[in-house]
Amino acid sequence: MRNRLWAGAVACLPVAASAAAYGAVLGVLAEQKAIAWQTLLMSDFVVFAGSAQFVIVDMWSHPLPVLSIALSVLLINLRYMLVGASLEPLFRGKSLWHKATRMHLAADENWAVTMAAHRRGEADTSYLFGGGVCMFTFWTVSTMIGYRLGGWVPDPEMLALDFAMTAVFTALTTGLWRGKRDLLPWLAAVVLAVVTSRLLPDRWYILIGGVGGALVAALLPQQRLPNEATSQAETVGEAI
Amino acid sequence: MSRETLSIVTILTCGLVTYGLRLGGLLLADRLPKRGRVRAFMDALPGTLLLSLIAPSVVANGIWGGVATLFTALCAIKTKSPLLSMLVGMAIIAAQRYVTRSC
Repeated sequence: MRNRLWAGAVACLPVAASAAAYGAVLGVLAEQKAIAWQTLLMSDFVVFAGSAQFVIVDMWSHPLPVLSIALSVLLINLRYMLVGASLEPLFRGKSLWHKATRMHLAADENWAVTMAAHRRGEADTSYLFGGGVCMFTFWTVSTMIGYRLGGWVPDPEMLALDFAMTAVFTALTTGLWRGKRDLLPWLAAVVLAVVTSRLLPDRWYILIGGVGGALVAALLPQQRLPNEATSQAETVGEAI
Repeated sequence: MSRETLSIVTILTCGLVTYGLRLGGLLLADRLPKRGRVRAFMDALPGTLLLSLIAPSVVANGIWGGVATLFTALCAIKTKSPLLSMLVGMAIIAAQRYVTRSC
């Protein structure tokens, strides 16, 4: 078992190193928003989901909009239900305790690496968990380094740090494009978000644009290919 | 509630939600819809949510916000590197601000 744990951790090194790069950016942004380092560290430990943690930092303001932050995290992490479901063959026959203790560290990156190894017959739950420990270590350390660096940036505006989040999300979104059928939902999301941002306070535009766009996707005529779920699993894994 | 307590409550709630989804997906694997409208909604959500987050900030940065976003997206499509693409977008905005300030 220790061997599989180690193999999973080693296999995740390249993706963990690139996640560490955004981790550092997340740390810088959290520092700029005057979020306590303890709060950031706590989110590394208990949330441990990159894009959701970016959203939390982005929405952080006083008084804290607890409910809309939690709702946004729920929606952005809804894909983890699909991640969890796709891991069912790996966990088949394991105890509830085994499942409950291993799942927390299932992030997009080590999940994608594990699924690829699973297809070659090389993965088990230790492999997944080893990858999770690797991701967790790189992620936590990098956010703290970024936080430290954030304090030394003299003029964040001139370095366009306020644009960093928009740019990261833009890059991540391009990887989620699934072809022409995304056109209308994406257009709807953009229009709804921009209009809502003018009309409603706080960050309601994230929820309204996101849910509205996804509803358009649900209302469009359904046409799906039999093996689409797995191919989407791959693209999401690569993107986030 | 004090600011610190509220921060802790916020993070814990987000953590519980995320953990619940991870474990819930595994435990409910057989019951999740594999096709149909609910599934189409779930599949579309990551993309539409990220776009909604970006769009108002792009508009707020004006024409140069649009240019920087376009180049970030093109770079991401070409290189598949989110980090490099982010730096391209930030460099465009930073350069534009530098020029505007010195003029």
